[in-house]
Amino acid sequence: MTMSAPILQGKRLVVKRGGITVLDIPDFEIKKGGVLSLIGPNGSGKSTLLLTLSCLLKLYKGTLIFNGRQINNRQSELDYRRQIAVVFQDPLLFDTTVLENVSAGLKIRGVDKRERTRIAEDYLERMGIPHLAKRSACKLSGGEAQRTSIARAFAIRPAILFLDEPFSALDPPTHEGLISDLNRLLQETDTTAVMATHDQMDALRLSDRIAVLQQGKVAQTGSADMVMNHPINEFVASFVGMDTVLTGTVREILEGDRMILAVGKREIEAVGDLPKGEDVLCFVRPENVILSTDSPAEHSSARNTFSGRIVRIAPHGLFYRVDLNCGFDLISYITRSSLDSLGLREGQTVKASFKATAIHVIKKSS
Amino acid sequence: MELILQGFLKAIELLVSLDPEVLGITLLSLRVSGTATLISLFLGISSGTAVALTRFPGRKFVVSLINTGMGLPPVVVGLFVTIFLWRNGPFGFLEILYTPTAIIIAQAVIATPIVTGITLAAIQNLPPNLRLQILALGATRIQMLWLLIREARLPLLAAVMAGFGGVISEVGASIMVGGNIKGYSRVLTTATVMETGRGNFDTAIALSIILLLLAYMINYLLTRIQQRERPR
Amino acid sequence: MKLKPIKPVFRHLVFLALLFLIAGLVATPTASAAPKQKNLILATTTSTQDTGLLDKLIPMFEKKTGYFVKTIAVGSGQAMAMGQKGEADVLLVHSPDAEKKFMEGQYGINRRLVMHNDFVIVGPPADPAAIKGSKSSPEAFKKIAGGFLFVSRGDNSGTHAKEKAIWKAAGINPEGGKWYQQTGLGMGQTLNVAAEKKGYTLTDRGTWLSLQKNLGLPILMQGDPILLNIYHVIEVNHAKWPKVNAAGAKAFADFMVSAQTQKVIKTFGVDKYGSPLFFPDAGKRVEDLGK
Repeated sequence: MTMSAPILQGKRLVVKRGGITVLDIPDFEIKKGGVLSLIGPNGSGKSTLLLTLSCLLKLYKGTLIFNGRQINNRQSELDYRRQIAVVFQDPLLFDTTVLENVSAGLKIRGVDKRERTRIAEDYLERMGIPHLAKRSACKLSGGEAQRTSIARAFAIRPAILFLDEPFSALDPPTHEGLISDLNRLLQETDTTAVMATHDQMDALRLSDRIAVLQQGKVAQTGSADMVMNHPINEFVASFVGMDTVLTGTVREILEGDRMILAVGKREIEAVGDLPKGEDVLCFVRPENVILSTDSPAEHSSARNTFSGRIVRIAPHGLFYRVDLNCGFDLISYITRSSLDSLGLREGQTVKASFKATAIHVIKKSS
Repeated sequence: MELILQGFLKAIELLVSLDPEVLGITLLSLRVSGTATLISLFLGISSGTAVALTRFPGRKFVVSLINTGMGLPPVVVGLFVTIFLWRNGPFGFLEILYTPTAIIIAQAVIATPIVTGITLAAIQNLPPNLRLQILALGATRIQMLWLLIREARLPLLAAVMAGFGGVISEVGASIMVGGNIKGYSRVLTTATVMETGRGNFDTAIALSIILLLLAYMINYLLTRIQQRERPR
Repeated sequence: MKLKPIKPVFRHLVFLALLFLIAGLVATPTASAAPKQKNLILATTTSTQDTGLLDKLIPMFEKKTGYFVKTIAVGSGQAMAMGQKGEADVLLVHSPDAEKKFMEGQYGINRRLVMHNDFVIVGPPADPAAIKGSKSSPEAFKKIAGGFLFVSRGDNSGTHAKEKAIWKAAGINPEGGKWYQQTGLGMGQTLNVAAEKKGYTLTDRGTWLSLQKNLGLPILMQGDPILLNIYHVIEVNHAKWPKVNAAGAKAFADFMVSAQTQKVIKTFGVDKYGSPLFFPDAGKRVEDLGK
């Protein structure tokens, strides 16, 4: 994957709706190649940013620069739009056959019929639905329709592919099938893509880079690993699933980038590079908190072991969420089988432990 | 009762033998109402689409005007068109009062708000992001308008038929501006009124049957169209 | 039953639509182009048109002169209003009092007597007001007033004007009485209403003759001189309204009083009803009529 000059840049982007500023981003960049995901809670501006970047939403202020050229008049807007494609949450197909739909973008660009049919059939094949070519778009399942929409987008060989929550309306198995096909196609064609999604799993699977949006601003941009494991503030941390948030102070610095933090009456060992006395926020992913009913094993690499009382056990999708009180609040996810084999009940005292590397520490900004 | 029966029998006789006067009246009705509907098609679809897709100050007022226009009483239209086309009126120099052209004008005025209103609703009922999707596919403004209209083609077809249905069965304006002149501006509806007034029930019933057949055909097509769904 | 696709229908409709557009744009049937101002607007009454006399005379006139006559059949009141506004070229009406006012206002020229027929009073076969045998129509009206249903046209037509004259002669004001119902409709329809409701009404003989077969409203009073229905042809005054087709109006008026036309009028209706509907009077004096 080539990572060089940005293919699209946004400068001082401001979008207003009904007098209220809904997007305010001083600087934004999309690098060529690879997939960027925009994540954030509802109303954070993901879709707004996506639509703005695809030149479908009017800017109150700011400019878009595509391949070094500013997009500032009707003609440049049209030229730009002819080089991108957008897939929405709803397939938004036309009332005609699947093949006609997939070749729609090509027809708009004046490609002759034989060529368009050839290209369209090729992409139908690649999306696994060649048998649907003659089917009417009114008679498709949700998954088939979205595949058609994606094929339609790819058929015009866009420089950038924008996707606005493309899988939100699909059931899990369809979702699964589609996302793997999309992944494959993105890699085969080496298409630059930007996807707005509220599903962090999708974001992790597909993207190289993630931008987290918060109330119309970008809270953090970075590689998937950076954002998911090294959030720069409380908002991003809680959004990426670091459910346990603790406040504390740096009590001691140890060698090897290790610190001892005072959290409440306890001490936690963490990895980080902050000065002594600094007020900090710590985050731990529930998946990284291990529960056991034995006494702490001596050979455990988890320095941080605490005994705590189970305050609550609640189902959480396919897992169970266990809320503990260890002198501070700690949240853990465990599987059903673990729950049963450990025989956990509310009110019970257990041991909870997590690695020093599993706790993420940032400076507390007041 | 046997009066009505007699009427029906005479009606069948007239229809089967293709009585020239009845045939002439029918063809004139189709020609006049067809032309008026075509005019309303062009005016209505273009203005309805424009209002549907644009935001401008006073839009709500315009929409309410259109909705009022849909229920405009045809006789009111007839009266005002007559006043405009009177010899001594503003357009008297055209000398089209008491001609089929005047009926076409009046019927076009009646049908256009109907087509406009239904077009407005049809375009507004398209998925809101469809317009964006079309633009995202790289369409120019004209391509976008054409694609949207094509997507809404079924309800638009229904709009045109509603317009046609409204004017082919209209009588008040047609009498006022057309004059019901024999062999010239006499259409199905005006002839039916006149024949009834004269007591020629058989002819009146024959004309009514034709009118009913036309109305039925329109309704049948409309129903077929409404049964279809849109794609996702 | 599986529905066939809509596409072929759509195509047919588009084809039909184009056909209409072309047909609509093609001009209406043209008459022979002889006179300069071809169109002639004749304002007359619905009762006159309903007799079918004009269906016979107009084609004769058009063939002879090349004019294209637009016969607008409305009530006498509206016909004369059209003449007053210059929206008609020639009038054929039968409302002498209103006509006099019209002529006094200088709206018309060359008012000429054409023909007459008469009015008759018809009513339910049982004749509950027992008007049969009355010596005059005012007397008959007196018997009906207040107690029996009378259906009036109420539309300022010639018939309505005649009816009002009879009420006046009888010294009765029928307005407001529940027994007096005004339809605002043409003669044929008013007769239907009267037959339906079993009421009395005043009608011209011509319309009655054409409807009487199915009507069930026999003539109960006729022959009274006041019941004469006199038709005049009036040319609208070109001096007041320059746009009026003066030549055409004169041609039509001349035609109506010509010997040949008068002969046609004399025999009109005989084969159908056994008696003529009109009596030609061109050239006579009004005072001599009916004698």
